[in-house]
Amino acid sequence: MNKRNIQLDDNNRLRHFLSIEGLKRHILTDILDTAESLSGVTQQTVKKVPLLRGKTVVNLFFEASTRTRTTFELAAKRLSADVLNINLATSATSKGETLLDTLRNLEAMHCDMFVVRHVNSGAAHFIASHAAPHISIINAGDGRHAHPTQAMLDMFTIRRAKGEFYKLKVAIVGDIEHSRVARSQIHALSTLGVEEIRIISPATLVPACCETLGVHVYHDMRQGLEDVDVVIMLRLQNERMETALLPSEHEYYRLYGLTEEKLALAKPDAIIMHPGPINRGVEIDSQVADGPRSVILEQVTHGIAVRMAVMSMAMQSHLADAHSSALESSE
Amino acid sequence: MTTKTIEIDPLLNTLCQTLQQQLQSRNIDNPAMIGIHTGGAWIATRLHQMLGLSEALGMLDISFYRDDFTRIGINPEVKPSHLPFNVDDRHIILIDDVLYTGRTIRAALNEIFDYGRPASVMLATLVDRSNGRELPIQPDACGITLDTKTQQHVNLTGPEPLRLTIG
Repeated sequence: MNKRNIQLDDNNRLRHFLSIEGLKRHILTDILDTAESLSGVTQQTVKKVPLLRGKTVVNLFFEASTRTRTTFELAAKRLSADVLNINLATSATSKGETLLDTLRNLEAMHCDMFVVRHVNSGAAHFIASHAAPHISIINAGDGRHAHPTQAMLDMFTIRRAKGEFYKLKVAIVGDIEHSRVARSQIHALSTLGVEEIRIISPATLVPACCETLGVHVYHDMRQGLEDVDVVIMLRLQNERMETALLPSEHEYYRLYGLTEEKLALAKPDAIIMHPGPINRGVEIDSQVADGPRSVILEQVTHGIAVRMAVMSMAMQSHLADAHSSALESSE
Repeated sequence: MTTKTIEIDPLLNTLCQTLQQQLQSRNIDNPAMIGIHTGGAWIATRLHQMLGLSEALGMLDISFYRDDFTRIGINPEVKPSHLPFNVDDRHIILIDDVLYTGRTIRAALNEIFDYGRPASVMLATLVDRSNGRELPIQPDACGITLDTKTQQHVNLTGPEPLRLTIG
């Protein structure tokens, strides 16, 4: 277990942000605290701080995304970085260029940070292990593996609403098996020490690893929601129906859709979260999604502050390196 | 090197009187005050009370505006800045505990201007270490001017009791 975590530098500071797994609680708390400080930037007339001035951030999206890409772009701009958006689904890779060649080309343009989304699990990790040493990689979702900034913005939203983590019961509802969001959330919740993590899901959509992560699995939503403080709904991806993992949308909604009636079993002050995009009437009823306990839009707002925190923390490690090597060469 | 403690209250009185004179001569009757986190905020809290200002006190944490971000990095303990008034067209009194290189004030001015365009900004500091300046920034009012050596430390601890030491 002595293998170095490539996310950390020699001083155990965040260098890349690839997954929650392997990060200690104090790093997660630092991210949340830094995000809390940076959330004040939106109150300024000039909604910018100069932390990443003169740096170039590249959004490398090999898979479509609107919310995540937009909030990463806003986060980078509010840190005064220059942002380049590259949609690789429609670019050189489709002409046969390899991932590494794409990478080398972007390095040659003197970019400083890559925000990577890819359909394959481990893509961000692969890029981090091959990128030039001065480049930071932020994982914006890789296959079924991880979506760490989403998990951190969820933790931020939970902390804002509930305060301490240790006495919270949190239920994650939906397709856990195919969800990188759920995987990252489970790691984050467990590292931050919540009292109980439950997943509520049809048996066909529960991954094998759940028990080892100390998660309680429920197939009956009514049982699972009892007494929880936080309900996290996941989007039901339509393609799951096609592969016969689920009978029908209608049937799924009857069993696992979040309605006021089912929600009545959770604590009266429970909050409702969803990473978006939401499918109204499939996994969540409109009345719940738009109701007073829904914090779905707060999650979007918090996503910007959390991404600002992660980007500035990762960049700081590289800048400190550059600074110390500049000092050495001048001596 | 021995550590010397300096009595705070006389310095605050001097600072307060100088500020009152300055405000009077500039015909400013409703200034807004901003303290720089942490020491400046402590001093500002006292002065705000002594001057009997009606506008709530603003607090600035200039960490995100520092020019040495690459050397010292981000401190997750950074407090969000809080300016409970509109900066536009206001006369601002900016307060810090110790003025030395002037870099903190440069950062604070940049941050204030990201909130709006003040009518004017005055600078008041408890201590002016007059021989360490690296930028063309001078206080409009100060409690005491010290001709300290570079290796000396001027340190304010607080908030209760406020204690100023040189060592």
